[in-house]
Amino acid sequence: MASFFDLAGRRAVAAAAQNSAVPSTKAKDPNRPVPWVEKYRPKNLNDVSAQDHTISVLKRTLQSSNLPHMLFYGPPGTGKTSTVLALAKELYGPELMKSRVLELNASDERGISIVREKVKNFARITVSTASSTQSSNYPCPPYKIIILDEADSMTQDAQSALRRTMETYSKITRFCLICNYVTRIIDPLASRCSKFRFKPLDEENAKLRLEEIAKMENVEYEDGVIDALIKVSEGDLRKAITYLQSAARLHNPIIRPKPKKITVKSIQEIAGVIPDQTIDKLLEACELEKGKSAYSEISRLVQDIVADGWSAGQVVFQLYNKLVFNDEVTAEQKNDIVLIFSEVDKRLVDGSDEHLQILDLALRISEVLAKG
Amino acid sequence: MLLVDKHRPRKLEALHYHQGLSSRLKALANSGDFPHLLVYGPSGAGKKTRIVATLKELYGPGVEKIKIDSRVFMTTTNRKIEFNIVASVYHIEITPSDVGNHDRVIIQSLLKEIGQTQQVDIAAKQKFKVVVINEADHLTRDAQAALRRTMEKYSPNLRLILIANSTANIIAPIKSRTLLIRVAAPTIDEMVGVLKHVAELERFEFSDKLARRVAEESGRNLRRALLMFEALYAQNEVVKDNTPIPPPDYETLIGQIADELLADHSPARILLVRAKFYDLLTHCIPATVILKLLTFRLVAKIDDVLKAEVIKWAAFYEHRIHLGSKVIFHLEAFVAKFLRILESYLMGMEF
Ligand SMILES: Nc1ncnc2c1ncn2[C@@H]1O[C@H](COP(=O)(O)OP(=O)(O)OP(=O)(O)O)[C@@H](O)[C@H]1O
Ligand SMILES: [Mg+2]
Repeated sequence: MASFFDLAGRRAVAAAAQNSAVPSTKAKDPNRPVPWVEKYRPKNLNDVSAQDHTISVLKRTLQSSNLPHMLFYGPPGTGKTSTVLALAKELYGPELMKSRVLELNASDERGISIVREKVKNFARITVSTASSTQSSNYPCPPYKIIILDEADSMTQDAQSALRRTMETYSKITRFCLICNYVTRIIDPLASRCSKFRFKPLDEENAKLRLEEIAKMENVEYEDGVIDALIKVSEGDLRKAITYLQSAARLHNPIIRPKPKKITVKSIQEIAGVIPDQTIDKLLEACELEKGKSAYSEISRLVQDIVADGWSAGQVVFQLYNKLVFNDEVTAEQKNDIVLIFSEVDKRLVDGSDEHLQILDLALRISEVLAKG
Repeated sequence: MLLVDKHRPRKLEALHYHQGLSSRLKALANSGDFPHLLVYGPSGAGKKTRIVATLKELYGPGVEKIKIDSRVFMTTTNRKIEFNIVASVYHIEITPSDVGNHDRVIIQSLLKEIGQTQQVDIAAKQKFKVVVINEADHLTRDAQAALRRTMEKYSPNLRLILIANSTANIIAPIKSRTLLIRVAAPTIDEMVGVLKHVAELERFEFSDKLARRVAEESGRNLRRALLMFEALYAQNEVVKDNTPIPPPDYETLIGQIADELLADHSPARILLVRAKFYDLLTHCIPATVILKLLTFRLVAKIDDVLKAEVIKWAAFYEHRIHLGSKVIFHLEAFVAKFLRILESYLMGMEF
């Protein structure tokens, strides 16, 4: 039996398949299934939804072919990586891109020594000349691009080491840094870049994109499904597309002959939304009349919530929404309650035990509500 | 072989509970495409069993032929770390938390290596290989970050299944790249069903009442319930409805600590329970488990008006355990706090 790590075996297979070692998302084999998030990754700047301001500025620089150093920041699934890849492709075309663009992300070692050697070495190479076909089809500006994706995970030292390189070779190399939190990029780097903020996708644009994908994939869905997707994904288009594809698989699997429409309920199930009923019951237990102990009922419900595996983050999120938008809870009570939420959220992120935290949260909410 | 392993269902159809989830996994496995998964839920709920069954659905019986490889990785500071990998031809299974803070190196080199190569078996049912990552919630942030682009770039060759008890420590970009699958613990009724099934296979005299007690004692943890169930039948000639269920040693010890604290709440108590805490810790009982069990034992035996207050401080010090460096400090601080609350209450003071 061939082993998983039989590299020789794998190479032989690869050679036999006459396929390049680097997998490409444009699968050569049309039958090869590709996740929709990759299939519908924007191929050019026009495909990128919702980030109008960023895209129009980038298009203008594309025309003048004079790119500044750039810093893209924003939450997951809003198009940062897609945009920079599309931009590079529009600048150089797929062929020249290989030699003109260096992409490093958090899966690559990016310690200080790599920054000093690999990044610097690439930055200082003089630019190869573009062939005439290349330059007639693409702008092919006379500089290279170094993409440092997921730059939040680079150490401060490594970032510092970049400063000089960025300045010294700026004529022939432009940098594009990408991160989720702009505060993780040290000031001296950030101030050398033009900043582009990627916003969570607004409802209208997210809807357009999701409907377009659903149409191309022949997905049938009941009313409200797209809205539900948008609600649970909170502006993260990647998440919304993944949920849509999963729902499509579940409702229209190959093994079941008759396709069924995707329902709102199944979207919520996929997204791990806790049924309203469960949250309401817990809140009811919190509102137990004065003088009576709410402990036994609350602790029993919390125990079930934990055993049912609901994520504590989701419990906290849904409880918060219920309480903060409830008119019967007074403003004073809300003030007390938000303090508790802040504390519990922090503790959960620090890795605290979910059971104790949810129980504490519920008991403290109960105390605040009892104060009336 | 323990009953837990002996009667572990191997196919999705054979799983006893969460039928809806099983058919969803089956539909995903047969759709030709398969998303990256983040499977989460309490321990002993059957996450792993379900994943192994899903792998079988994906690739057929070949995934069951596994072997263990030991590999050596170099850290950036040129330290060698040894790392075990469980692998079939189609998938590998790793537990990066085994190497603590060096997990990033492993994620970076191993996953890329797998992502860059194709299936060995050309006739494999799936074009992609699967990497199962255990204890994904213990991955460092850097290791999680290292997964991000890999999950996108190599998606034609590679799918991940992350297994975690909770999603709280999983960074948002990873959640964005995975389909979240929640595996709830089985209900008491469902557990009784499983115990009954096992009893039939083992020709045990089955008592519904006893099985129900075992299920409840286990706190809806099926692995624990099966271990308790097996111990019961091993230790007793005849098993009756009311046969006592032996708790694990450490629970007995924690129960003793609780009783001692309640019997005598003088400050000198702390010194006496310290030895027991050390005993538990040296036997690798996690501090969180100790604190939680102790809390619930104590809370069960104190006046209702104190309960919320005790939980508040348990939650407070359990959090400290994660931030601090010496867990014993926080266990003792909790005990000190508890004694103070109890003392004040008994003396009619505000606590
Ligand atoms: N603005 C957008 N327009 C069109 N598609 C988008 C957009 N944003 C995200 N997507 C979809 O989501 C997928 C992921 O987007 P992308 O990789 O650009 O996210 P990102 O911003 O780099 O996220 P992360 O911070 O997690 O790396 C894309 O392949 C595409 O399918
Ligand atoms: Mg990205």
